Amino acid sequence: MVALFRSMLGSFRDLLPIILVITFFQLVVLQQPIPDFFGLLVGLLCVMLGLTFFIFGLEMGLFPIGETMAYAFARKGSLSWLLVFAFALGFGTTIAEPALIAVAAEAATVAAEGGMIVNDETARASYASGLRLTVAFAVGLAIVLGVLRILKGWSIQWMIIGGYLLVVIMTMLAPQEIIGIAYDSGGVTTSTITVPLVTALGVGLASAIEGRNPMIDGFGLIAFASLTPIIFVMAYGMVI
Amino acid sequence: MSDFFIELWDVFFSTIRDVLPIAAILFGFQFLVIRRRVPNLKKVIIGFVYVLVGLSLFLLGLEKALFPIGRLMAEQLTNPEFIREWSASAGAVLHWSDYYWVYIFAFAIGASTTIAEPSLIAVAIKANEVSGGAIGVWGLRLAVALGVAVGISLGSWRIVTGYPIHWFIIGGYIVVVIQTLFAPRLIIPLAYDSGGVTTSTVTVPLVAALGLGLAETVPGRSALIDGFGLIAFASLFPIISVMGYAQMIEWIEKRAKKASLPNK
Repeated sequence: MVALFRSMLGSFRDLLPIILVITFFQLVVLQQPIPDFFGLLVGLLCVMLGLTFFIFGLEMGLFPIGETMAYAFARKGSLSWLLVFAFALGFGTTIAEPALIAVAAEAATVAAEGGMIVNDETARASYASGLRLTVAFAVGLAIVLGVLRILKGWSIQWMIIGGYLLVVIMTMLAPQEIIGIAYDSGGVTTSTITVPLVTALGVGLASAIEGRNPMIDGFGLIAFASLTPIIFVMAYGMVI
Repeated sequence: MSDFFIELWDVFFSTIRDVLPIAAILFGFQFLVIRRRVPNLKKVIIGFVYVLVGLSLFLLGLEKALFPIGRLMAEQLTNPEFIREWSASAGAVLHWSDYYWVYIFAFAIGASTTIAEPSLIAVAIKANEVSGGAIGVWGLRLAVALGVAVGISLGSWRIVTGYPIHWFIIGGYIVVVIQTLFAPRLIIPLAYDSGGVTTSTVTVPLVAALGLGLAETVPGRSALIDGFGLIAFASLFPIISVMGYAQMIEWIEKRAKKASLPNK
């Protein structure tokens, strides 16, 4: 009970900056009363409780399962299954991501107005679902690449810098309209549940394999997952 | 009050729908490929339930309380009438500097939402654990928050001025590459990761509202083309700020060592 209360207090501290910013701008800059004060209070209470439960469950469920599976795969020594798992995790968590669905729908509108595709319902829907598949495939591939990197001990710098070079080259070739969306798609792919799982997987793998440093080799999976979609979405814009 | 519970129920169900594929992959592989019992399976499942309930409450609260007021604010702050009211110098055509409240708001909202971002908290906890306490949870979170704040204000400035986005992103990449050569080796992968974790549940909806509001009201911008891109800024600048933070700490430690040497 004391532990719960203390973590609630921690969550309140995490939310305090948002409350202060909103109050300041509403009362001092915009000089307007706060609408529906009671609703706001209830909402904030929900956010606080939610954050507390989430962090509680994170250390009880998400971190342990990610690490247990990483250890099990490392002990089993089956590379192909590990890579299949990595791809499935990346692809499966991205295809259903609500933020991605929203961005894909907007991208289809942009493409239709830019004259890249026919401006009707079916063409837009197929463009949007194609884009979602592209991004999900890119994230799956990213996790596979990242896991391979951990196994082989490749240095992350050269891979990321190589990725940046690809992005720069693609930017020059891709149609102007797709660039903003492509850059954004890198950021929206990593959801609140994927991030802890993928991090635990990477750190678990790096600690289970001899000669790997969890700090140097364990992190970096998310970096790949936010870089490959940029490249693939621009490629998608060029092909379609 | 019953409305509230209906809404909670709806959010809870949509969260389950989002989590289901992940759970299916995890448990599918666990039972079909690994075929080993999960230690503390009961605890893990309870943990999952906590995550589900927590995330649902979190999303419901955001949807009920923070997003409406945040969106409303983004709209009001980007409204040309409001901007004219605050800037004495504003002529018939607004100068980019007349939008200063927008940049301040972008900075403040970027920093404060990042502090509350659950996935960043998760990564910070892990990094603290793995580094044996060398990387502080709050140090990392504040460094990332600063990066997001700078990124989003710069991104809003870009929308107002209309400069092409790729100049900024490619410029940012060049800074990252140069920093990578000099930053402490241990921090590099974590810094790269911190770019991706900043933009999830809390930050994206508020930032997207700000970008769209700006692109709609600034003359000559198209909401469809210029409204995008703020998230890209928010995921690039934390990489720079986290590496910068590590470099600064290293530099301070070196100076302290140098200063203490002649005395011994």
